[in-house]
Amino acid sequence: MIDMQGVYKTYPNGVTALNGIDVTIEQGEFVYVVGPSGAGKSTFIKLIFREEKPSKGSIVVNNMDVPFLKWKQVPLLRRNIGVVYQDFKLLPKMTVYENVAFALEVIEETPRNMRRRVMEVLDLVGLKNKARFIPDELSGGEQQRVSIARAIVNYPKLLIADEPTGNLDPDTSWDIMRILDEINASGTTIIMATHSKEIVNTIKKRVIAIEGGLIVRDEHRGDYGYEA
Amino acid sequence: MSETNTEVITAMRLNTLKRHFREGAKNIWRNSWMTIASVGAVTTTLILVGAFLALMINLNHIADNLEEDVQIKAFIDLTADEAEIEAVGEELERIPEVSLVQFSTKEEELQSLIESMGEEGSIWDLYEQDNPLSHAYVVKTTDPLDTASVATKIEAIDNVEKVNYGQEVVQNLFTFNSYARNIGLALIIGLVFTAIFLISNTIKITIMARRKEIEIMKLVGATNGFIRWPFFVEGLLLGVLGSIIPIAVIVSAYYYITNNVDTLTQFEFVELLEFNPFAWQLSLLILAIGAGIGVWGSVMSVRKFLKV
Repeated sequence: MIDMQGVYKTYPNGVTALNGIDVTIEQGEFVYVVGPSGAGKSTFIKLIFREEKPSKGSIVVNNMDVPFLKWKQVPLLRRNIGVVYQDFKLLPKMTVYENVAFALEVIEETPRNMRRRVMEVLDLVGLKNKARFIPDELSGGEQQRVSIARAIVNYPKLLIADEPTGNLDPDTSWDIMRILDEINASGTTIIMATHSKEIVNTIKKRVIAIEGGLIVRDEHRGDYGYEA
Repeated sequence: MSETNTEVITAMRLNTLKRHFREGAKNIWRNSWMTIASVGAVTTTLILVGAFLALMINLNHIADNLEEDVQIKAFIDLTADEAEIEAVGEELERIPEVSLVQFSTKEEELQSLIESMGEEGSIWDLYEQDNPLSHAYVVKTTDPLDTASVATKIEAIDNVEKVNYGQEVVQNLFTFNSYARNIGLALIIGLVFTAIFLISNTIKITIMARRKEIEIMKLVGATNGFIRWPFFVEGLLLGVLGSIIPIAVIVSAYYYITNNVDTLTQFEFVELLEFNPFAWQLSLLILAIGAGIGVWGSVMSVRKFLKV
């Protein structure tokens, strides 16, 4: 699914974010990426969907050679990756339904399939009855569920979540985790960057710890390992 | 559902095209203040451009008419006999730039002189007994600008006594016309570019506000073309909206001017282009310039947000 070998990343301003990453993630895995702020977690995640290019090293995602993709092929890579952010990134002027349907319009889905599929994912995240609301009328947890619905609406093989519970209270966070777990159970690979010790230690999954641009720990059913 | 092809589909579905037009129109509505600003910029510029175009094209038309009227008169020696006059005519026909050669007897010359004098011309009637004028050939050239060089050639022909084509006046007219054309063209191009700059700036501001939207579109795998389309539509609509008022203003102003041209100027040579079809052609031109400005402005400003 994902294979990184000898990946380095130095930003134009001279900051070195990654210092030689080797990692393989199989289809269907659920992986937490943990580590202190500024350790390189975000860069690691951005490299997967070509938000950034590595300075050196090879990255293969979904059999695509990510650093060498032509710009015309980048959209194709991204259509197989759903991304969820800490700040949701919803469009404020669109309804919940439109926000989710957006991802299907882009791949030119037929209107009939679009309606069916959007309602299906809204049902999955428990927001079927709020389809006509706009994001501002929803709670933080509900907004995050909308962004998850948008991320999975076109059946991506991989879901990337960058601190999806970072802005949410604990109860809501568990809701989100339950949904992510369900998505993972249906075969989608999930990579989740997080600072939540409780989540990592309770819902046991593979843990990759990044510090100073290096993977310092990679264990299945691992612990958070930092004092929160 | 999941796609197996490796290149993003380039053929656009009808539904998608409809979606782009719907989105473009919606954006016009959603950013109503920016719409007003952009449309205002297009409107102002197009009124200026339209007025200049109308002025330019008509000046050109008048200049063409004047240039058409330029003719060379070759006066024949009084001593020349019939055969020699004939020979001069044949020689004139042989000059390649010449389009028309017309013989005019000295009686005809006098008649036209008398007519051109109007009331006072009657004094010249006395000369009908003893005409002091010469026979003449009236010569026109295919391109009026060749007049001077053709005139020199004619002067060299035997039995041509004198050549007259209003030397000074014609030369000044040609110089003035070519200046007027170039300056007008430069002004119009300058105005169009100013308008493009204004629009692309206004649209840039609306795009800044929609950065997030573009970012999310890219995140979910939209191609650059897909992102660009609604902006293209938006620019097109802005341009078209912006050309409505200028077309109305210019068509009605032109209607008024063409109907009152006689009272507005004292010069007979001012002959404007007919309201129909010129006003409609001009409207179409304004519409096309407006649409072009809008599309270019918006596509230019969206470009830098599309870098992968």
